[in-house]
Amino acid sequence: MSPATTTSAAAVRATGVGKVFPTKAGEVVALTGVELEVRAGEFVSLIGPSGCGKSTLLRLIADLDPASSGELSIFGKPAAQARVDQDYGIAFQQAGLLPWRTVASNIGLPLELHKVGRAERTARVAELAELVGLTEFVDRYPDQLSGGMQQRVAIARALASRPKLLLMDEPFGALDEMTREYLQSELTRIAAETEAAVVFVTHSIPEAVFLSDRVVVMSPRPGRITDVITTDFGHDRDDALRESPEYFERVTAVREALHGVKVERANER
Amino acid sequence: MRRGAAALWGTLGVLAVILLWEAYKFLGPAEGVVVGADGSTGSGVMILPRTNDRAMPHVWDMVARLFQSTSGGDTPPLIVPVVTAALTTLGIAAVGWLIGVLVGTLFGLMMQRWKLVEWGILPWIVVSQTVPLIAFAPVVNSLGLQIDRGGFPWPQWLSVAVISSYLAFFPVAVGVLRGLDAPDRIHEDLMRTYAAGYWQTLLHLRLPAAVPHLLPALRLAAANAVVGAVVAEVSIGMRGGIGRMLIQLAGQASSDPAAPWGPTFGTIALGLVAAGSVALLGLALKNYRRGEATA
Repeated sequence: MSPATTTSAAAVRATGVGKVFPTKAGEVVALTGVELEVRAGEFVSLIGPSGCGKSTLLRLIADLDPASSGELSIFGKPAAQARVDQDYGIAFQQAGLLPWRTVASNIGLPLELHKVGRAERTARVAELAELVGLTEFVDRYPDQLSGGMQQRVAIARALASRPKLLLMDEPFGALDEMTREYLQSELTRIAAETEAAVVFVTHSIPEAVFLSDRVVVMSPRPGRITDVITTDFGHDRDDALRESPEYFERVTAVREALHGVKVERANER
Repeated sequence: MRRGAAALWGTLGVLAVILLWEAYKFLGPAEGVVVGADGSTGSGVMILPRTNDRAMPHVWDMVARLFQSTSGGDTPPLIVPVVTAALTTLGIAAVGWLIGVLVGTLFGLMMQRWKLVEWGILPWIVVSQTVPLIAFAPVVNSLGLQIDRGGFPWPQWLSVAVISSYLAFFPVAVGVLRGLDAPDRIHEDLMRTYAAGYWQTLLHLRLPAAVPHLLPALRLAAANAVVGAVVAEVSIGMRGGIGRMLIQLAGQASSDPAAPWGPTFGTIALGLVAAGSVALLGLALKNYRRGEATA
């Protein structure tokens, strides 16, 4: 986690990465020939239909599964080393909080596992609770929170060891639209404040466009990257952006990339 | 309100049993119903039991007998030796439960850690429960005697505790195995991303997540430990416990039919106390059962 590695090396660099799952019916190619570089502090979304391997790619980056081919480096080191060094934080579609622990104790879990002293832990947990706006709820248990609040706890937990890379697998997928938009704005703010790079898996086009610096479009059978769309919206993203023509332009671009053809628009018919 | 309803249903259940007993005693034939009798004494098959006072004393007689002197003269009321014997057996069963929980947890941990151990041991653990306690108790007893003679003091109650642990360890081993495998995939993934080792994962994830599986297992183990202790006392002839008392009074039942019901009630109370203690444990661990209500 020395400054030299975080500034000089890309947050994620994938070269010719592939993943093959052996099944009874033979081998299934989940990913093939993935070339991707995520710069430090950059927000990158992976979007595509189910089966395109976007979650698989995230799991490879997190070293939850080993890559079958190619090279994958996180801040210049092998994925396994980056995991051991706690270079990334992760959040899944389900918040995955431990039901027997309070909010504070859930946020502090990674710190506790890595033997961070009690005083330092308490301070860090308070800071994180503040960051995600849950200061009044630190003594609650997960079953006393709404889905959106649980997901905010999960994000705070992912940020606990100050990672410079945040991996998120459809973290807002199970939430209602209102909560979803609110948490999207929160996430852009948090990502900017922490200066962490984010790899964000989603199947929502507006979500990907709103959040990302670049949207990586993937397609299935076999899972591969087909297109990369740059948004150029800068760091300030608010609800006004959702109404802007540039935003709709990018949404259309991503949609066309997903469908592989130019989409006929109602007013052009 | 649900607590009140539970108490009401419990009381109704007990009343129903009493009612059934007394109703049959009132309606059934005094000498029972025997089919295929050829006239000689004891021939034929009894399909309904006798209802005379010797075979089926009234429930109120059984209760009244508890407060009458144990064996005439100045001896204390029957309830005193019943309670003393029940407490003795409870103590032994508690030791048996502890041994069983310890051994069962150890088996469960090993089986969860190594699949090979599960495949190798689990069938034997299941088979172990088919060995009749009556056959197995004297073996433990004579082993205990040999150890005692060898210079290492081995009181007889320890044999009883070991035999009762033989029944108690089974639900614990299975419950621990299932419980430790209970965490969601997402939680296991999460621990992996934290680079947590086996012991850290066990302590922070697997054991807490196992609690909802563990509590019923511990309760079963408590009931099994009591049954095991009572049967073991009888089969190795240990004095002082409720099992022995049950057999002794049952032997005198023809002259004192209500007496054996004293230790019988004592045994029932014993089982309830044992299972209730585990329920208290559940209250203490209620934070670990949070998922249960919502899921």
